[in-house]
Amino acid sequence: MVKGRQGERVRLYVRGTILGYKRSKSNQYENTSLIQIEGLNTKEEVAWYCGKRMAYIYKAKTKSDGTRYRCIWGKVTRPHGNSGVVRAKFKSNLPPKSMGGKVRVFMYPSNI
Amino acid sequence: MAAKKAGAKSRNPELIRGIGKYSRSKMYHKRGIWAIKAKHGGSLPRHEPKAAPPKPAAKPPKFYPADDVKTPIPNHRKPKPTKLRPSITPGTVLILLAGRFMGKRVVFLKQLPSGLLLVTGPFKINGVPLRRVNQAYVIGTSTKIDISGVDVEKFDDKYFTKEKKKKTKKSENEFFDARIEETKALPQEKKDDQKAVDTQLIKAIELVPDLKAYLGARFSLRAGMKPHELVF
Repeated sequence: MVKGRQGERVRLYVRGTILGYKRSKSNQYENTSLIQIEGLNTKEEVAWYCGKRMAYIYKAKTKSDGTRYRCIWGKVTRPHGNSGVVRAKFKSNLPPKSMGGKVRVFMYPSNI
Repeated sequence: MAAKKAGAKSRNPELIRGIGKYSRSKMYHKRGIWAIKAKHGGSLPRHEPKAAPPKPAAKPPKFYPADDVKTPIPNHRKPKPTKLRPSITPGTVLILLAGRFMGKRVVFLKQLPSGLLLVTGPFKINGVPLRRVNQAYVIGTSTKIDISGVDVEKFDDKYFTKEKKKKTKKSENEFFDARIEETKALPQEKKDDQKAVDTQLIKAIELVPDLKAYLGARFSLRAGMKPHELVF
């Protein structure tokens, strides 16, 4: 992330979209979020990503630790449904304003 | 029981765990205890107990605790280094996934006793020095280099530990001086180690066409690349 680094920017994460919380029609469970990972279309493809860490990165007005960027870490827990959507748990629940926002799904812990 | 010889197998096959096929009396016959006894005139041969070294006279302790003190069970566990993935063998090119050198392609040298992987750029090619890396933050590719010419015996975890800072009382002036001193240059010895390892490696790398450029370039995901479908 922003480290003031010059040189190549390499993307070693897959982009994901936050769809919302795990829910039924009228009840939602905010401890688990649903993430749509780019390029995943079936339940079988999700197996590779299970356990991979992800980060929700957002900006805040005040600086903390020298930067305005903040992050909530989480991981892919299991597939959700048949079409490649994924359930994820974060260290602290994602804020509702993150719905529709982006998440970075990293390739570690790696098993290849 | 007398100590078993290495390779001595039980003559009592297991039917189920804990239950042998033969009874005690049958086993007595099978093991030939009757024959050993007959050979030694009616009883099993006994060895004289080894003379124990004389124990020093113990003084009675000067303090007896009021309640019984529980002694903790001794821990005899010896941790093993983490199991290496089959795709990672000495000489494999690895892709680092996180950290300062993320995306860099790097040569794996050996697994250290702590379980971390010892890795080098080589430094001249991509700026990655001799470094430790955790297996979980690495992708093993199918590209292998021959590192039989490289001597990595001397590297272990102690080589990479930070130097302990000596505590000195600081006054105003000394504090500022100490801050300047803290940025230490790499000792020449480590630079020489790096060169020694790298020269051998670079020779092996230059034999393979394009490998040098490959190691110099960083890995990145592009549009349309799906890691779960990529073959590394």
